[in-house]
Amino acid sequence: MTEAGLTMLNRTADGVARATPEPLARKVRGISDTGLAWLFISPTIMLLLAINIFPLFWAIYLSFTNYRANRPNEVVRNVGLANYKRILGDQDIWIAMQTTAHFVFWTILLQTLIGFTLAWLIDRKFRGHAFWTTIILVPMMLSPAVVGNFWRFLYEPQIGLFAYAISFVTGIPATQIGMLSNVSLAPWSIVIVDTWMWTPYVMLICLAGLRSIPEYIYEAAEVDRASNWRQFWSITLPMALPFIMLAVLFRGIENFKMFDMVNLLTGGGPGSTTEVASITLKRQAFESWRTGYSSAFAIILFVAVFGLANIYVKALNKVKQR
Amino acid sequence: MSLTSAHSVVAPSAVSKRIAGTIIVLYALISIVPLLWIFATSFKTPPDSIAYPPKILFQPSLEGYCNLFSTRTRQTPEYINALGPATGVCDETVRKRNMVIAGPSNFMPRFVNSLIIAFGSTFCAVFLGTLSAYGFSRFKVPLADDLLFFILSTRMMPPIAVAIPIYLMYRELGLSDTALGMILLYTAVNVSLAVWLLKGFIDEIPREYEEAAMIDGYTRLQAFWRTVLPQATTGIAATAIFCLIFAWNEYAFAALLTSGSAQTAPPFIPTIIGEGGQDWPAVAAGTTIFLVPILVFTILLRKQLLRGITFGAVRK
Repeated sequence: MTEAGLTMLNRTADGVARATPEPLARKVRGISDTGLAWLFISPTIMLLLAINIFPLFWAIYLSFTNYRANRPNEVVRNVGLANYKRILGDQDIWIAMQTTAHFVFWTILLQTLIGFTLAWLIDRKFRGHAFWTTIILVPMMLSPAVVGNFWRFLYEPQIGLFAYAISFVTGIPATQIGMLSNVSLAPWSIVIVDTWMWTPYVMLICLAGLRSIPEYIYEAAEVDRASNWRQFWSITLPMALPFIMLAVLFRGIENFKMFDMVNLLTGGGPGSTTEVASITLKRQAFESWRTGYSSAFAIILFVAVFGLANIYVKALNKVKQR
Repeated sequence: MSLTSAHSVVAPSAVSKRIAGTIIVLYALISIVPLLWIFATSFKTPPDSIAYPPKILFQPSLEGYCNLFSTRTRQTPEYINALGPATGVCDETVRKRNMVIAGPSNFMPRFVNSLIIAFGSTFCAVFLGTLSAYGFSRFKVPLADDLLFFILSTRMMPPIAVAIPIYLMYRELGLSDTALGMILLYTAVNVSLAVWLLKGFIDEIPREYEEAAMIDGYTRLQAFWRTVLPQATTGIAATAIFCLIFAWNEYAFAALLTSGSAQTAPPFIPTIIGEGGQDWPAVAAGTTIFLVPILVFTILLRKQLLRGITFGAVRK
């Protein structure tokens, strides 16, 4: 205990000795605890109501109208569920959802596999592991937009470092490696950058999971002569699973919303091959100015993220309780 | 992090340690290459930056940085010869390309916007966050769990979805393209992180300290000010840095809601173009200047990183 702590204890003793009738004293001294609690919490709630919830309700209202933000003087008509019906029947929206699914699935799969492997290796505590871990963590702290923009340069077919490195390894001429212009490669170009940026994130959480496993469980397994292989599948993996699942949850939500990196790297192109949901939303809302329509799409996306996240958290809690 | 992590009675063998170390070092080196390339490109001349094969060794030049901070106009060699001696490194570099510096570029004002908006919103978010976190940590708030979940759930909305009504609202209120509008918005986004992180930090401070102070005659407010805040400084500092990094890096809102006077650096940097396409050394220079503060913060934060990125869900 610190010196301050000790003084504090002495003061406590003094205070108790004085033996004031406490609740009464507190009332006299000013605001009640409940009052103070609300005084402390309400500014945050008010801000969130003004900047998040009020706009959300506005968006819900707009989603039932034909409003266009670039024509504020036009009469706003109530169109009922027409926007929602059109979205669910819109081919382009389904293609965007597929693109998003492809992006989310592959980024999470790669990040989990690589991230967990890295964590498992770092957990061996070789010499200098702390330094190299910090180096690995750097990409995830940087601005996805600014870094995504620079990856355009790395991906350039002839002058870019990425294409050069790939052609160096595979022998394919560097001019033919158009990561951003080739329709079949472009969806992978965003997966690669996202994996590069966010694998450290998954790694860091997995590392915490591995380090939370108590030593004695391994000791017991050793006494029972369980093989290393068996120990990995019956102890390491199951006990790190809640952490892996948490990392997947955070990455899943983030990548479902993905906008900045993709917008600067490919802008959704070529054509609409990398047009993830947020890019479609931006095109509809701020380029075609179909405000009502895009609000409906935004609501659908929000409900989807929220619903999926809730189901997932329930599953996560079940795993944790095991 | 816990001290025991050698996961077997027999500690990992020297060989397995060496293999693990080699793989990790290789991964770290490969993953850092893009960043080193940004740094290197910022010191290249435009022709060197687009050379094939990519140049690893080159004559360093400040042209990227000169181009980043200035706007230039093309002039005839006669005009340039008629000028007096060059006034600085940039002047000299630019003249070699038959150009003269016309004035400062927009980079500085955009960078300053980023600073004002990031620091302003961080201050507000941490201020509100500390109060709320203390409220949730120490008092019986009705529906506390629901409120906390509500605070977190505001983070799940796709930024573009939030941006549509915010765009309309700001247009009505005259907050479009203003630093105040961006500070309010970033505060709202960051306050959820601040509340969750700080609640964790304040939960860890024993209540006995305040109770002792209160028995001693302090009011609740004084006890909060004199005993809780000083002990929460590490947590508050870490939270502030996380908020700062978010606001600094944010792009989606900035790109959609600012266009001129309040534009921040992330939407500005990709628009830096030279003659005949993107001026990559200048972009790299802007990127380098923009990333350096974050690198410093990452190193400062390394111990709190895990907690910050998981909203306090994983502590140690």
